[in-house]
Amino acid sequence: MAITATVNGKPAIFEGEEDTPLLWAIREDLGLTGTKFGCGIAACGACTVHIDGEAVRSCSMPIGAVAGKAIRTIEGLKSADGTLHAVQKAWLEAQVPQCGYCQSGQIMAAVALIEKTGKPSEAQVDEAMTNICRCGTYPRIRAAIRTATGQAASAVKGGA
Amino acid sequence: MGVKRRAFLIGTALVAGGGIFGLKWADGSARERAGQLTAGEGDGSFGTWIKIGADSHITLYTPHIDMGTGTGTALAQMVAEELDADWDKVKVESAPAETAFANPVLGRGFLSEMAGSPRMVAAMPESLLSFIARAMPLQITGGSSAVRFTGQMGMRVVAAGARLALIEEAAERLGVPSAELSTAGHKVSHTKSGKSLSYGELAAGAATRDLAETPKLKTPDTYRHIGKPVPRGDIPGKVDGTTRYGMDVTLPDMRVATVMAAPVRGGKLESVDEKPALAIKGVEKVVKMDDAVIVVATGYWPAIKGLRALSPKFSDSGHGDLSTASIFAKHDAMRKDGKPDDSAGEGDVENELTATGTKLVEAAYRVPFLHHATMEPFAVTAHYKDGKLELWGGLQDPLASKMAAVKASGLDEDAVTFHPLTLGGGFGRKLPMYIEAIPQVVKVAMELPHPVKLIWSREEDVAQGAYRAQASTVMKAALRPDGTINAWQNNYAQPADDGGGAAAKLFYTIPHYAQDHYQHVSNQTVGSWRSVNATQHGFYNESFIDELAHAAGADPYQYRRKHLTEGGRHQKVLDAVAKDAAWGTPLPAGRGRGIAIVECFGTICAHVIEASVKEDGSPKVHAVWAAVDCGPVVNPLNAEAQVMGGIVMGLSAAIGEAITLDKGAVQQTSFGDYPILKMADSPPTVSVRFLASDAPMGGLGEPGLPPAAPALANALFAVTGKRIRTLPFLNQAGAKA
Repeated sequence: MAITATVNGKPAIFEGEEDTPLLWAIREDLGLTGTKFGCGIAACGACTVHIDGEAVRSCSMPIGAVAGKAIRTIEGLKSADGTLHAVQKAWLEAQVPQCGYCQSGQIMAAVALIEKTGKPSEAQVDEAMTNICRCGTYPRIRAAIRTATGQAASAVKGGA
Repeated sequence: MGVKRRAFLIGTALVAGGGIFGLKWADGSARERAGQLTAGEGDGSFGTWIKIGADSHITLYTPHIDMGTGTGTALAQMVAEELDADWDKVKVESAPAETAFANPVLGRGFLSEMAGSPRMVAAMPESLLSFIARAMPLQITGGSSAVRFTGQMGMRVVAAGARLALIEEAAERLGVPSAELSTAGHKVSHTKSGKSLSYGELAAGAATRDLAETPKLKTPDTYRHIGKPVPRGDIPGKVDGTTRYGMDVTLPDMRVATVMAAPVRGGKLESVDEKPALAIKGVEKVVKMDDAVIVVATGYWPAIKGLRALSPKFSDSGHGDLSTASIFAKHDAMRKDGKPDDSAGEGDVENELTATGTKLVEAAYRVPFLHHATMEPFAVTAHYKDGKLELWGGLQDPLASKMAAVKASGLDEDAVTFHPLTLGGGFGRKLPMYIEAIPQVVKVAMELPHPVKLIWSREEDVAQGAYRAQASTVMKAALRPDGTINAWQNNYAQPADDGGGAAAKLFYTIPHYAQDHYQHVSNQTVGSWRSVNATQHGFYNESFIDELAHAAGADPYQYRRKHLTEGGRHQKVLDAVAKDAAWGTPLPAGRGRGIAIVECFGTICAHVIEASVKEDGSPKVHAVWAAVDCGPVVNPLNAEAQVMGGIVMGLSAAIGEAITLDKGAVQQTSFGDYPILKMADSPPTVSVRFLASDAPMGGLGEPGLPPAAPALANALFAVTGKRIRTLPFLNQAGAKA
């Protein structure tokens, strides 16, 4: 049975089995490959998307549970004219990514956190940003979140 | 105009102040092929690495792939520097996975490191170097090599030679002496006459000229690009999700496959009933290999469901008794036997360790297998059609990956193409000697009429790693009455040495010194894990010297300092990090500092870590300071990122990571039981300082990592008085896993 939802503001129809994780429906059916597969057990966060504004690990969210929901992926963050989201701009400025594979998920998690809290405290960042980055970009992610929310300059030097 | 071929000239400046060596490397066919693949009408090709277009734009074809270390940007900075180029007219592309683009400089760079004497390498017959290049087609990314070898010894020399060729071409066309010409704005200009010719106008002609064998390279006082914090060119695509990784390959009519290999390495597939998988909607085929079973489906979800529905029977091929404990027991037994497989050192350790009036200190250290845990598991796509095989993937050596596919398919080299894509992390895991995914996907592709993408599940990735070896040592030292070290012995057990000896080597001044290697090989695949042998040997040496300092009643920083050459590079690095961290000043109650210094890949890096112990017994890292001497820094912004990343990965491994074996099989399955450090546990403050240095350029992808584990262990000792000698910390008694 087909499931309808919206993805990045456009109607989308998922025709797979209901237990198919949203991640694979997004990647394989819609061709939106910015959302990544990392572990399949909601442990790493590389697959983070927004469902009705909440950061969700799409590898463990069956499409059967997203009917009628508004889904946003990394491809949906830019504004219609192609301008980067403030968080993406902060990521560029802080030169966060290394391999970059986890960064779509990191950015989606950060956007959800900032939309919810405005100016997250360090403790809120620690609590919400549980996505894994194997390259170890956490110091710059922390700095980028501060930049994006207009908070004081980071404790981490942003270059020599 | 067609592409002109010139002798491909590689210069290698192997030592600062030493000679620059010219080397005719590639033969004509390689250059011709490279030209066919990259150059258009009116373009000029220099070597196989640099192209100057008719529009004056410069393209460099890097033989290194992008795995997150930012080398493409650094190499472009080096080429731009020597060609007097403008940054917006330089671009970087991946070299095709073709022998014509193999990287001979890398072979030579590593040779010089292994031989220990650049002079000796320089004296090696060309035929031998040539042989090595042919035997090992290199497009490898690893060994912290891209900038210091490919860039410093290769790209800069070719670029500088290309600039001189442009000047000579202009001199001839303008009829003026080349000494009166200058380069700027992608033009060669003659100030006296006001005439100029663009690089684009000159490129094709210049490329027919012999490149100077020993072009003079720019000096730091004139640098416009080297040493500048240039933003990385690969980052925008990684911020908006458009970068294409191996995982993201999508082809018409493509199938997706996933695999399970024998849980006990070396085991074979004995039997499997295919029916439960084939009953799953979307599953199309089950492919059996000698040691693995693969399920092919319309997408990843049906493929993994199909695989999980199977109950394959695998043999253990006689490794069923192997465990983490049995490996350590074997190490200890070998040491007791006292017959090392190889030894190095100087002085008379045997007698001096027990010399009258000295104090013997002994400590045993153990480290586990470590997994790379790249965020992107293997994902390699293959399509076999009309006798041709095409592959797509993000792997650390495209050329050797292609050759692995040639071997697996039995096809001619000409019939196989490999398309390199961005890697979602490498760290040594995606080197072709251990990529089982290549033969696996080739086998499936050759049985299918469709393209097929093989994706390893995270569970497969964890269970079938190419791990940093489980290793151990027993260290012994004799202290003189004044506390200084008279003798030092390292009795380390690990698989094939493979650089272990070099990593164990001390830079401290100790008159009697020995390192004995006991070789023990398990059934596990041991690979290169970021920083390789420096990870365990850095932990051994820098933990042990800390123990010796405490045994001598000395300050750990001052004690190390006393055993280092006065005014030498190591001492300067140590002093810098101690100063930045305000070593010796009071700390809040319950906090301690630890210090460690490790040299690897030509770079010296020291850390000071400030830490405490949380209520649950696990460590809390409050701040890390790093000081680095890697010679000249090409891109400080990215250099800092590499060291920061190394610190975080080093802490992650030290605190929680371990692959353990039971009945010959890996016990860990995913990130749940192989914990990677997360934001909340990563240091809130990280400060990295690069020392001004004219030392030969060192690597940066790896050297930031090894000091982290010993610096943290030393900091925790300062807090608790309890010495951590077995990694990871969370396996310690009193700490919750």
